[in-house]
Amino acid sequence: MSEKLINKGIRPDGRKLDEIRPLKIKAGVVDRADGSAYVEFGTTKVISAVYGPKKVHPRHMENSKKAILKVRYNMIPFSVYDRKRPGYDKRSVEIAKVVSEALENVIFLEEFPKSAIDIDMEIIQADAGTRVAAITAASVALADAGIPMRGLISSVAAGRVEGNIVLDLTKEEEDASDAIDLPVAMLARTGEITLLQMDGDASVDEIEKIVRMTEKGCKDIEKIQGKALIEKYNANTA
Amino acid sequence: MTAKLTKDYIVNQIKRNIRGDDRKLDEMRELTIERGVSANAEGSARVKLGKTEVIAGIKMDLAEPYPDSQDKGVLTSSAEFLPLAAPEFEAGRPGEVEVELGRVVDRGIREAEVIDFKKLCIVEGEKVWRVFMDIVVINHDGNLMDASGLAAMAAILDAKMPTIDKDYKIDYNKREKPLPLTTIALPITVMKCGNKLIIDTTADEEEAIDTRLTVTTNESGNISSMQKGGPGGFTVEEIVEICKIAGKKTDELIKKHFKSKKN
Repeated sequence: MSEKLINKGIRPDGRKLDEIRPLKIKAGVVDRADGSAYVEFGTTKVISAVYGPKKVHPRHMENSKKAILKVRYNMIPFSVYDRKRPGYDKRSVEIAKVVSEALENVIFLEEFPKSAIDIDMEIIQADAGTRVAAITAASVALADAGIPMRGLISSVAAGRVEGNIVLDLTKEEEDASDAIDLPVAMLARTGEITLLQMDGDASVDEIEKIVRMTEKGCKDIEKIQGKALIEKYNANTA
Repeated sequence: MTAKLTKDYIVNQIKRNIRGDDRKLDEMRELTIERGVSANAEGSARVKLGKTEVIAGIKMDLAEPYPDSQDKGVLTSSAEFLPLAAPEFEAGRPGEVEVELGRVVDRGIREAEVIDFKKLCIVEGEKVWRVFMDIVVINHDGNLMDASGLAAMAAILDAKMPTIDKDYKIDYNKREKPLPLTTIALPITVMKCGNKLIIDTTADEEEAIDTRLTVTTNESGNISSMQKGGPGGFTVEEIVEICKIAGKKTDELIKKHFKSKKN
Protein backbone atom coordinates (compact mmCIF):
# COMPACT_ATOMS: atom_id res chain seq x y z
CA MET A 1 0.00 0.00 0.00
CA SER A 2 2.34 2.71 -1.18
CA GLU A 3 -0.41 4.54 -3.08
CA LYS A 4 -2.17 7.18 -1.05
CA LEU A 5 -5.86 6.69 -0.36
CA ILE A 6 -6.77 10.35 -0.27
CA ASN A 7 -5.63 12.65 -3.05
CA LYS A 8 -6.37 16.37 -3.08
CA GLY A 9 -9.20 15.97 -0.61
CA ILE A 10 -10.94 13.24 -2.62
CA ARG A 11 -11.36 9.79 -1.10
CA PRO A 12 -11.21 6.35 -2.81
CA ASP A 13 -15.00 6.27 -3.23
CA GLY A 14 -15.08 9.82 -4.62
CA ARG A 15 -16.34 11.44 -1.44
CA LYS A 16 -15.09 14.72 -0.01
CA LEU A 17 -13.47 14.68 3.42
CA ASP A 18 -16.61 15.83 5.24
CA GLU A 19 -19.12 13.75 3.35
CA ILE A 20 -20.99 10.72 4.69
CA ARG A 21 -21.43 7.54 2.66
CA PRO A 22 -24.74 7.23 0.82
CA LEU A 23 -27.33 6.76 3.55
CA LYS A 24 -30.65 5.05 2.93
CA ILE A 25 -33.24 4.77 5.67
CA LYS A 26 -36.64 3.12 5.58
CA ALA A 27 -38.97 3.27 8.56
CA GLY A 28 -41.48 0.50 9.34
CA VAL A 29 -39.90 -2.63 7.90
CA VAL A 30 -40.87 -5.25 10.51
CA ASP A 31 -44.63 -5.65 10.58
CA ARG A 32 -44.92 -7.30 13.99
CA ALA A 33 -42.72 -4.74 15.75
CA ASP A 34 -44.07 -1.55 17.33
CA GLY A 35 -41.44 0.35 15.41
CA SER A 36 -38.63 -0.56 13.06
CA ALA A 37 -36.14 0.75 10.57
CA TYR A 38 -33.72 -0.47 7.94
CA VAL A 39 -30.52 1.44 7.34
CA GLU A 40 -27.92 1.18 4.63
CA PHE A 41 -24.87 3.21 5.57
CA GLY A 42 -22.64 2.77 2.54
CA THR A 43 -22.33 -1.01 2.39
CA THR A 44 -23.18 -1.55 6.05
CA LYS A 45 -26.72 -2.85 6.47
CA VAL A 46 -28.69 -2.90 9.69
CA ILE A 47 -32.21 -3.66 10.73
CA SER A 48 -33.57 -2.45 14.05
CA ALA A 49 -36.88 -3.12 15.76
CA VAL A 50 -38.49 -1.79 18.90
CA TYR A 51 -41.02 -3.57 21.10
CA GLY A 52 -42.79 -1.76 23.89
CA PRO A 53 -43.43 -0.16 26.20
CA LYS A 54 -44.43 -3.59 27.52
CA LYS A 55 -44.42 -5.61 30.72
CA VAL A 56 -41.04 -6.18 32.31
CA HIS A 57 -39.77 -9.70 32.28
CA PRO A 58 -38.35 -10.85 34.71
CA ARG A 59 -40.46 -8.67 36.95
CA HIS A 60 -37.84 -7.93 39.57
CA MET A 61 -36.13 -5.73 36.96
CA GLU A 62 -39.08 -3.34 37.04
CA ASN A 63 -38.45 0.28 37.96
CA SER A 64 -41.43 1.99 39.57
CA LYS A 65 -40.30 5.40 38.29
CA LYS A 66 -39.46 4.76 34.66
CA ALA A 67 -39.24 2.30 31.82
CA ILE A 68 -36.12 0.19 31.46
CA LEU A 69 -34.29 -0.11 28.16
CA LYS A 70 -33.15 -3.49 26.97
CA VAL A 71 -30.73 -3.10 24.10
CA ARG A 72 -29.32 -5.89 21.97
CA TYR A 73 -26.59 -5.45 19.35
CA ASN A 74 -25.87 -8.53 17.30
CA MET A 75 -23.86 -9.39 14.23
CA ILE A 76 -25.53 -12.07 12.15
CA PRO A 77 -23.05 -14.96 11.63
CA PHE A 78 -22.74 -14.34 7.89
CA SER A 79 -22.52 -10.54 8.15
CA VAL A 80 -18.72 -10.62 8.28
CA TYR A 81 -15.94 -12.06 6.14
CA ASP A 82 -14.94 -14.64 8.77
CA ARG A 83 -18.12 -16.15 10.16
CA LYS A 84 -19.04 -14.77 13.58
CA ARG A 85 -19.88 -17.47 16.07
CA PRO A 86 -23.42 -16.82 17.32
CA GLY A 87 -23.99 -15.91 20.95
CA TYR A 88 -22.33 -13.99 23.76
CA ASP A 89 -19.30 -11.89 22.91
CA LYS A 90 -17.77 -9.06 24.88
CA ARG A 91 -17.72 -6.58 22.00
CA SER A 92 -21.50 -6.86 21.54
CA VAL A 93 -22.11 -6.57 25.28
CA GLU A 94 -20.08 -3.38 25.39
CA ILE A 95 -21.75 -1.85 22.33
CA ALA A 96 -25.22 -2.64 23.72
CA LYS A 97 -24.23 -0.90 26.95
CA VAL A 98 -22.95 2.30 25.37
CA VAL A 99 -25.90 2.45 22.95
CA SER A 100 -28.34 2.01 25.81
CA GLU A 101 -26.64 4.88 27.65
CA ALA A 102 -26.70 7.00 24.50
CA LEU A 103 -30.48 6.65 24.28
CA GLU A 104 -31.46 6.63 27.94
CA ASN A 105 -31.70 10.35 28.57
CA VAL A 106 -33.21 11.08 25.19
CA ILE A 107 -36.29 8.90 25.62
CA PHE A 108 -38.95 10.10 28.09
CA LEU A 109 -38.63 6.85 30.07
CA GLU A 110 -40.37 8.35 33.09
CA GLU A 111 -43.64 8.37 31.13
CA PHE A 112 -43.72 4.57 31.21
CA PRO A 113 -43.02 3.37 34.75
CA LYS A 114 -42.82 -0.37 35.39
CA SER A 115 -42.39 -1.15 31.71
CA ALA A 116 -39.66 -2.19 29.32
CA ILE A 117 -38.65 -1.01 25.88
CA ASP A 118 -36.75 -3.59 23.86
CA ILE A 119 -34.43 -2.37 21.13
CA ASP A 120 -32.86 -4.93 18.87
CA MET A 121 -30.18 -4.02 16.33
CA GLU A 122 -29.09 -6.74 13.92
CA ILE A 123 -26.15 -6.27 11.58
CA ILE A 124 -26.89 -7.91 8.25
CA GLN A 125 -23.82 -6.77 6.36
CA ALA A 126 -20.83 -5.36 8.21
CA ASP A 127 -18.41 -2.95 6.58
CA ALA A 128 -17.18 -0.30 9.03
CA GLY A 129 -19.40 1.80 11.20
CA THR A 130 -21.83 -0.89 12.29
CA ARG A 131 -22.55 0.70 15.65
CA VAL A 132 -23.30 4.13 14.21
CA ALA A 133 -25.55 2.60 11.56
CA ALA A 134 -27.28 0.58 14.29
CA ILE A 135 -27.92 3.64 16.48
CA THR A 136 -29.18 5.63 13.50
CA ALA A 137 -31.61 2.79 12.77
CA ALA A 138 -32.67 2.33 16.40
CA SER A 139 -33.48 6.02 16.74
CA VAL A 140 -35.80 5.90 13.71
CA ALA A 141 -37.36 2.66 15.00
CA LEU A 142 -38.06 4.33 18.36
CA ALA A 143 -39.74 7.28 16.68
CA ASP A 144 -41.65 4.88 14.43
CA ALA A 145 -42.90 3.10 17.57
CA GLY A 146 -44.29 6.44 18.74
CA ILE A 147 -42.04 6.55 21.78
CA PRO A 148 -41.66 10.15 22.95
CA MET A 149 -38.12 11.48 22.68
CA ARG A 150 -36.31 14.81 23.12
CA GLY A 151 -35.25 14.48 19.50
CA LEU A 152 -33.68 12.05 17.10
CA ILE A 153 -30.32 10.55 17.96
CA SER A 154 -28.01 10.55 14.98
CA SER A 155 -24.73 8.75 14.85
CA VAL A 156 -21.59 8.78 12.74
CA ALA A 157 -17.87 8.29 13.12
CA ALA A 158 -15.11 10.63 12.06
CA GLY A 159 -11.41 10.12 12.26
CA ARG A 160 -8.00 10.56 10.76
CA VAL A 161 -6.69 8.96 7.57
CA GLU A 162 -3.24 9.86 6.25
CA GLY A 163 -3.28 13.03 8.32
CA ASN A 164 -6.66 14.14 6.98
CA ILE A 165 -9.66 14.57 9.27
CA VAL A 166 -12.44 12.65 7.53
CA LEU A 167 -16.08 11.84 8.14
CA ASP A 168 -17.54 8.31 8.11
CA LEU A 169 -14.56 6.04 7.39
CA THR A 170 -14.79 2.98 5.15
CA LYS A 171 -13.12 -0.31 6.01
CA GLU A 172 -10.34 0.51 3.57
CA GLU A 173 -9.73 3.86 5.26
CA GLU A 174 -9.88 2.32 8.73
CA ASP A 175 -6.98 0.09 7.69
CA ALA A 176 -4.68 3.03 6.88
CA SER A 177 -1.63 2.88 9.11
CA ASP A 178 -2.36 6.13 10.96
CA ALA A 179 -6.13 5.69 11.04
CA ILE A 180 -8.20 6.54 14.05
CA ASP A 181 -11.92 6.17 14.30
CA LEU A 182 -14.15 8.06 16.70
CA PRO A 183 -17.82 7.09 16.71
CA VAL A 184 -20.25 9.61 18.17
CA ALA A 185 -23.99 9.64 18.81
CA MET A 186 -25.61 13.01 19.18
CA LEU A 187 -28.92 14.61 19.92
CA ALA A 188 -28.50 16.56 16.70
CA ARG A 189 -31.09 19.17 17.68
CA THR A 190 -28.94 20.38 20.61
CA GLY A 191 -25.47 19.07 19.73
CA GLU A 192 -25.32 17.07 22.96
CA ILE A 193 -23.01 14.08 22.57
CA THR A 194 -24.38 10.92 24.19
CA LEU A 195 -21.95 8.34 22.86
CA LEU A 196 -18.26 8.72 22.26
CA GLN A 197 -15.58 6.09 21.85
CA MET A 198 -12.12 6.30 20.41
CA ASP A 199 -8.95 4.32 20.14
CA GLY A 200 -5.73 5.03 18.34
CA ASP A 201 -3.23 7.79 18.86
CA ALA A 202 -4.26 11.41 18.54
CA SER A 203 -3.54 14.81 20.02
CA VAL A 204 -6.18 16.81 21.90
CA ASP A 205 -6.26 19.21 18.96
CA GLU A 206 -7.07 16.42 16.51
CA ILE A 207 -9.75 15.04 18.82
CA GLU A 208 -11.44 18.45 18.84
CA LYS A 209 -11.43 18.64 15.03
CA ILE A 210 -12.74 15.11 14.71
CA VAL A 211 -15.58 15.64 17.17
CA ARG A 212 -16.52 18.89 15.39
CA MET A 213 -16.73 16.96 12.15
CA THR A 214 -19.12 14.40 13.64
CA GLU A 215 -21.36 17.32 14.57
CA LYS A 216 -21.73 18.18 10.91
CA GLY A 217 -22.29 14.52 9.99
CA CYS A 218 -24.99 14.02 12.62
CA LYS A 219 -26.91 17.08 11.41
CA ASP A 220 -26.84 15.68 7.85
CA ILE A 221 -28.03 12.29 9.09
CA GLU A 222 -30.84 13.75 11.20
CA LYS A 223 -32.40 15.24 8.07
CA ILE A 224 -32.43 11.85 6.33
CA GLN A 225 -33.87 10.19 9.43
CA GLY A 226 -36.67 12.76 9.59
CA LYS A 227 -37.43 12.29 5.91
CA ALA A 228 -37.70 8.50 6.33
CA LEU A 229 -40.26 8.95 9.10
CA ILE A 230 -42.30 11.47 7.10
CA GLU A 231 -42.24 9.15 4.06
CA LYS A 232 -43.65 6.30 6.11
CA TYR A 233 -46.50 8.36 7.51
CA ASN A 234 -47.27 9.90 4.15
CA ALA A 235 -47.53 6.40 2.67
CA ASN A 236 -49.85 5.33 5.50
CA THR A 237 -52.25 8.20 4.98
CA ALA A 238 -52.25 8.09 1.20
CA MET B 1 -27.29 1.82 48.15
CA THR B 2 -27.16 5.51 48.82
CA ALA B 3 -30.41 7.13 49.89
CA LYS B 4 -32.05 9.65 47.59
CA LEU B 5 -31.60 12.46 50.11
CA THR B 6 -27.88 11.70 50.33
CA LYS B 7 -27.61 11.70 46.53
CA ASP B 8 -29.27 15.12 46.28
CA TYR B 9 -26.97 16.38 49.03
CA ILE B 10 -23.86 15.09 47.20
CA VAL B 11 -24.97 16.74 43.95
CA ASN B 12 -25.69 20.05 45.67
CA GLN B 13 -22.34 19.99 47.42
CA ILE B 14 -20.45 19.26 44.20
CA LYS B 15 -22.19 22.19 42.56
CA ARG B 16 -20.61 24.29 45.34
CA ASN B 17 -17.21 22.64 44.77
CA ILE B 18 -17.48 20.68 48.03
CA ARG B 19 -16.84 16.94 48.38
CA GLY B 20 -17.51 14.65 51.32
CA ASP B 21 -13.81 14.02 51.89
CA ASP B 22 -12.80 17.70 51.49
CA ARG B 23 -11.07 17.11 48.18
CA LYS B 24 -11.12 19.60 45.32
CA LEU B 25 -13.10 18.54 42.26
CA ASP B 26 -9.87 17.87 40.34
CA GLU B 27 -8.01 16.21 43.18
CA MET B 28 -7.26 12.49 43.29
CA ARG B 29 -7.37 10.41 46.45
CA GLU B 30 -4.17 9.09 47.95
CA LEU B 31 -2.64 6.53 45.65
CA THR B 32 -0.38 3.68 46.66
CA ILE B 33 1.05 1.18 44.22
CA GLU B 34 2.60 -2.02 45.46
CA ARG B 35 4.34 -4.30 43.00
CA GLY B 36 4.83 -8.06 43.13
CA VAL B 37 1.75 -9.12 45.06
CA SER B 38 1.50 -12.61 43.54
CA ALA B 39 4.73 -14.55 43.05
CA ASN B 40 3.37 -16.96 40.44
CA ALA B 41 2.47 -14.13 38.13
CA GLU B 42 5.02 -12.74 35.69
CA GLY B 43 4.07 -9.36 37.03
CA SER B 44 1.50 -8.03 39.46
CA ALA B 45 0.48 -4.92 41.32
CA ARG B 46 -1.97 -3.75 43.90
CA VAL B 47 -3.40 -0.27 43.61
CA LYS B 48 -5.16 1.53 46.40
CA LEU B 49 -6.90 4.69 45.40
CA GLY B 50 -8.50 5.92 48.59
CA LYS B 51 -10.51 2.89 49.69
CA THR B 52 -10.76 1.44 46.19
CA GLU B 53 -8.47 -1.53 45.78
CA VAL B 54 -7.62 -3.33 42.56
CA ILE B 55 -5.09 -6.06 41.79
CA ALA B 56 -3.79 -6.73 38.30
CA GLY B 57 -1.59 -9.57 37.17
CA ILE B 58 0.31 -10.56 34.06
CA LYS B 59 0.72 -14.17 32.93
CA MET B 60 2.39 -15.21 29.70
CA ASP B 61 2.45 -18.23 27.46
CA LEU B 62 3.11 -19.04 23.81
CA ALA B 63 0.38 -18.88 21.20
CA GLU B 64 -0.22 -18.48 17.50
CA PRO B 65 -0.39 -14.87 16.33
CA TYR B 66 -3.60 -13.37 14.98
CA PRO B 67 -3.94 -13.85 11.21
CA ASP B 68 -3.80 -10.08 10.59
CA SER B 69 -0.69 -9.49 12.69
CA GLN B 70 1.60 -12.44 12.11
CA ASP B 71 4.66 -10.74 13.57
CA LYS B 72 3.15 -9.47 16.79
CA GLY B 73 2.51 -10.85 20.25
CA VAL B 74 -1.02 -11.13 21.59
CA LEU B 75 -2.75 -9.36 24.48
CA THR B 76 -5.75 -10.93 26.19
CA SER B 77 -7.41 -9.16 29.09
CA SER B 78 -10.23 -9.56 31.53
CA ALA B 79 -11.73 -7.63 34.41
CA GLU B 80 -13.69 -9.19 37.22
CA PHE B 81 -15.53 -7.78 40.21
CA LEU B 82 -14.85 -10.26 42.97
CA PRO B 83 -18.00 -10.99 44.96
CA LEU B 84 -16.16 -9.83 48.08
CA ALA B 85 -15.64 -6.31 46.71
CA ALA B 86 -19.13 -4.88 47.21
CA PRO B 87 -22.54 -6.14 48.38
CA GLU B 88 -24.03 -5.81 44.90
CA PHE B 89 -21.35 -7.93 43.20
CA GLU B 90 -22.22 -11.53 42.48
CA ALA B 91 -20.24 -14.41 41.05
CA GLY B 92 -20.91 -15.50 37.49
CA ARG B 93 -20.39 -14.50 33.92
CA PRO B 94 -19.00 -10.98 33.68
CA GLY B 95 -21.72 -8.36 33.47
CA GLU B 96 -21.67 -5.41 31.09
CA VAL B 97 -19.90 -3.11 33.56
CA GLU B 98 -17.04 -5.58 33.97
CA VAL B 99 -16.87 -6.22 30.24
CA GLU B 100 -16.64 -2.49 29.56
CA LEU B 101 -14.03 -1.97 32.27
CA GLY B 102 -11.80 -4.73 30.90
CA ARG B 103 -12.15 -3.57 27.33
CA VAL B 104 -11.52 0.13 28.02
CA VAL B 105 -8.35 -0.60 30.02
CA ASP B 106 -7.24 -3.08 27.35
CA ARG B 107 -7.76 -0.62 24.50
CA GLY B 108 -5.93 2.18 26.27
CA ILE B 109 -2.84 0.00 26.69
CA ARG B 110 -3.09 -1.78 23.35
CA GLU B 111 -3.65 1.33 21.24
CA ALA B 112 -0.91 3.32 22.98
CA GLU B 113 1.39 0.40 22.09
CA VAL B 114 2.59 0.33 25.67
CA ILE B 115 3.89 -3.17 25.02
CA ASP B 116 6.14 -3.48 21.98
CA PHE B 117 4.30 -6.43 20.47
CA LYS B 118 6.71 -6.85 17.57
CA LYS B 119 9.39 -7.80 20.09
CA LEU B 120 7.11 -10.54 21.40
CA CYS B 121 7.24 -12.44 18.12
CA ILE B 122 9.30 -15.64 18.24
CA VAL B 123 8.58 -17.31 14.89
CA GLU B 124 6.59 -15.14 12.50
CA GLY B 125 3.16 -16.58 11.77
CA GLU B 126 3.71 -19.46 14.18
CA LYS B 127 4.80 -18.59 17.67
CA VAL B 128 4.44 -15.43 19.67
CA TRP B 129 4.22 -14.50 23.31
CA ARG B 130 0.69 -14.11 24.57
CA VAL B 131 0.24 -11.67 27.46
CA PHE B 132 -2.73 -12.20 29.76
CA MET B 133 -3.70 -9.11 31.68
CA ASP B 134 -6.26 -9.88 34.37
CA ILE B 135 -7.77 -7.28 36.65
CA VAL B 136 -9.68 -8.09 39.82
CA VAL B 137 -11.53 -5.58 41.95
CA ILE B 138 -10.98 -6.21 45.67
CA ASN B 139 -12.84 -3.25 47.14
CA HIS B 140 -15.16 -0.96 45.22
CA ASP B 141 -15.18 2.62 46.37
CA GLY B 142 -15.52 4.22 42.99
CA ASN B 143 -13.34 5.09 39.99
CA LEU B 144 -12.62 1.47 39.11
CA MET B 145 -11.60 2.50 35.62
CA ASP B 146 -8.60 4.60 36.68
CA ALA B 147 -7.62 2.26 39.52
CA SER B 148 -7.68 -0.70 37.09
CA GLY B 149 -5.66 1.18 34.50
CA LEU B 150 -3.06 2.10 37.11
CA ALA B 151 -2.90 -1.49 38.38
CA ALA B 152 -2.60 -2.90 34.86
CA MET B 153 0.16 -0.47 33.96
CA ALA B 154 2.04 -1.17 37.20
CA ALA B 155 1.73 -4.94 36.66
CA ILE B 156 3.10 -4.59 33.12
CA LEU B 157 6.06 -2.64 34.47
CA ASP B 158 6.59 -5.25 37.17
CA ALA B 159 6.55 -8.16 34.71
CA LYS B 160 9.58 -10.29 33.92
CA MET B 161 9.36 -12.59 30.92
CA PRO B 162 9.77 -16.32 31.46
CA THR B 163 12.47 -18.03 29.41
CA ILE B 164 12.07 -20.69 26.71
CA ASP B 165 14.42 -23.49 25.67
CA LYS B 166 15.07 -24.59 22.08
CA ASP B 167 11.90 -26.76 22.08
CA TYR B 168 9.86 -23.74 23.14
CA LYS B 169 9.25 -25.14 26.59
CA ILE B 170 8.55 -22.34 29.03
CA ASP B 171 10.47 -22.10 32.26
CA TYR B 172 8.39 -19.99 34.61
CA ASN B 173 11.01 -20.26 37.35
CA LYS B 174 13.59 -18.49 35.26
CA ARG B 175 12.22 -15.07 34.52
CA GLU B 176 14.77 -12.67 33.16
CA LYS B 177 14.00 -9.74 30.93
CA PRO B 178 11.33 -7.13 31.52
CA LEU B 179 8.53 -6.80 28.99
CA PRO B 180 9.58 -4.63 26.04
CA LEU B 181 7.75 -1.33 26.52
CA THR B 182 7.52 1.90 24.56
CA THR B 183 5.48 4.22 26.75
CA ILE B 184 3.22 4.49 29.76
CA ALA B 185 -0.49 5.12 29.33
CA LEU B 186 -3.10 5.77 32.00
CA PRO B 187 -6.86 6.32 31.91
CA ILE B 188 -8.39 9.29 33.69
CA THR B 189 -12.13 9.35 34.18
CA VAL B 190 -13.91 12.67 34.46
CA MET B 191 -17.52 12.76 35.57
CA LYS B 192 -20.06 15.47 34.96
CA CYS B 193 -22.37 16.96 37.56
CA GLY B 194 -24.43 19.86 36.27
CA ASN B 195 -21.76 22.02 34.68
CA LYS B 196 -19.03 20.80 37.02
CA LEU B 197 -16.36 18.30 36.06
CA ILE B 198 -15.04 16.03 38.79
CA ILE B 199 -12.35 13.34 38.92
CA ASP B 200 -11.65 10.21 40.98
CA THR B 201 -15.22 9.79 42.19
CA THR B 202 -16.11 7.63 45.20
CA ALA B 203 -18.83 4.96 45.11
CA ASP B 204 -21.23 7.38 46.87
CA GLU B 205 -20.52 10.09 44.32
CA GLU B 206 -21.07 7.61 41.50
CA GLU B 207 -24.50 6.76 42.93
CA ALA B 208 -25.39 10.44 42.71
CA ILE B 209 -23.86 11.30 39.32
CA ASP B 210 -23.48 8.99 36.39
CA THR B 211 -22.13 10.57 33.22
CA ARG B 212 -18.45 10.11 32.55
CA LEU B 213 -15.73 10.25 29.95
CA THR B 214 -12.61 8.13 30.29
CA VAL B 215 -9.54 9.33 28.39
CA THR B 216 -6.31 7.34 28.20
CA THR B 217 -3.21 9.46 27.57
CA ASN B 218 0.38 8.33 26.99
CA GLU B 219 3.69 9.86 28.00
CA SER B 220 3.86 12.17 24.99
CA GLY B 221 0.43 13.60 25.80
CA ASN B 222 -1.38 11.80 22.99
CA ILE B 223 -4.72 10.11 23.52
CA SER B 224 -5.01 6.39 22.85
CA SER B 225 -8.56 5.68 23.93
CA MET B 226 -11.78 7.42 24.90
CA GLN B 227 -15.04 6.07 26.20
CA LYS B 228 -18.15 7.91 27.26
CA GLY B 229 -20.37 6.18 29.79
CA GLY B 230 -23.62 6.84 31.59
CA PRO B 231 -26.89 8.30 30.39
CA GLY B 232 -26.06 12.01 30.02
CA GLY B 233 -24.23 13.93 27.31
CA PHE B 234 -21.30 16.27 26.74
CA THR B 235 -20.72 19.32 24.58
CA VAL B 236 -17.68 19.47 22.29
CA GLU B 237 -16.14 22.09 24.61
CA GLU B 238 -16.52 19.80 27.62
CA ILE B 239 -14.89 16.93 25.74
CA VAL B 240 -11.87 19.07 24.89
CA GLU B 241 -11.65 20.30 28.50
CA ILE B 242 -11.76 16.70 29.77
CA CYS B 243 -8.97 15.67 27.37
CA LYS B 244 -6.82 18.44 28.83
CA ILE B 245 -7.59 17.45 32.43
CA ALA B 246 -6.76 13.81 31.62
CA GLY B 247 -3.47 14.79 30.00
CA LYS B 248 -2.44 16.89 32.99
CA LYS B 249 -3.38 14.25 35.58
CA THR B 250 -1.68 11.45 33.64
CA ASP B 251 1.48 13.51 33.44
CA GLU B 252 1.40 14.12 37.21
CA LEU B 253 0.80 10.45 37.98
CA ILE B 254 3.59 9.25 35.69
CA LYS B 255 6.06 11.71 37.21
CA LYS B 256 5.15 10.74 40.74
CA HIS B 257 4.63 6.99 40.51
CA PHE B 258 6.32 5.61 37.39
CA LYS B 259 9.68 5.61 35.71
CA SER B 260 9.59 6.94 32.16
CA LYS B 261 9.61 4.34 29.38
CA LYS B 262 10.17 6.84 26.59
CA ASN B 263 12.72 5.40 24.13
